[in-house]
Amino acid sequence: MAKVYIYPGTSLILSDLVARFGHRPLGSALAVREKVQAPGLDSPPLQITPEDPKKGLRFAAVEVPSGVRGRMSLHGPQIEEAEAGIIIRDADLAFGCMGCARTNELVQFLLHQRGIPLLELDYPRSDEEGIRFVASIREFLEGLPGGAPA
Amino acid sequence: MSEAVAAGGAPAHRAGVAPGSATKYVFIDSPELTAADLALRAYEIAPGVQIKETCFGLMINGPEDEVERLVAGIRELDPDRIFVKDRGFPPGDERRCRANLGGARPGFYGHENEMRLVRYISSGLRALRDPKKADLLRAKPKENDEPLSVERLSAIIEES
Repeated sequence: MAKVYIYPGTSLILSDLVARFGHRPLGSALAVREKVQAPGLDSPPLQITPEDPKKGLRFAAVEVPSGVRGRMSLHGPQIEEAEAGIIIRDADLAFGCMGCARTNELVQFLLHQRGIPLLELDYPRSDEEGIRFVASIREFLEGLPGGAPA
Repeated sequence: MSEAVAAGGAPAHRAGVAPGSATKYVFIDSPELTAADLALRAYEIAPGVQIKETCFGLMINGPEDEVERLVAGIRELDPDRIFVKDRGFPPGDERRCRANLGGARPGFYGHENEMRLVRYISSGLRALRDPKKADLLRAKPKENDEPLSVERLSAIIEES
């Protein structure tokens, strides 16, 4: 079972397909869950402490807005942990403020920099595109260590 | 360090957020199965898991291995039309539940967007078992990111 970073991190479709084909999807929910389940009351309600933007410094320079560094403190460790990645290009649901936009650019840049196997796709808009979309993801995931047919 | 841990007591947890527990969304897009059917079947499979029926399917929360077992069980009901993803917050958590916040739940618009597309994913999953669709399965998705070649650029400049 390989750890596969999914972009957009909140994608239902990618999360489902990666898990369905026998791998572990790394998405935003897992990073948030780690924060939510942290014991104690260091910084309620979300347990984002001043340490988090410092962790983000590993991925973005100090002059980068703290919002980007805060987001990178969640996404950055997952990118480092990932053994492969799937990116959906121009995903409407990844749209957000400038902090989100810059973080999205940085996430995709770091994924390319890491040199791990990457699959880049567009969302399907028809049945035929859906068939090719699913087939491409299955082929990609079967090529990873521990991949098993669904 | 938290006050409870500093005082030597056990760390306090909100309901459903104890380390080792997992929350998942189950989405259903099936003409043959409703969220209520799914909830009923889910209770039969894993009585110890917290199950919340919603308009789109279920939210389930419990120990990670129990949740995985439940997901595997309910996927069998309609494997091509049931979709599952992780959730960070437990069901009803006041930091995310729209009963407390008002308006749409954060994340709703993303799910709404993708739920319009899952019918194509269902077609793709069905096609994996259909030998008639073998040609389509071999076809590669269209590549949009290939750079413009120098020859093509020159041709465009000369044409204009």
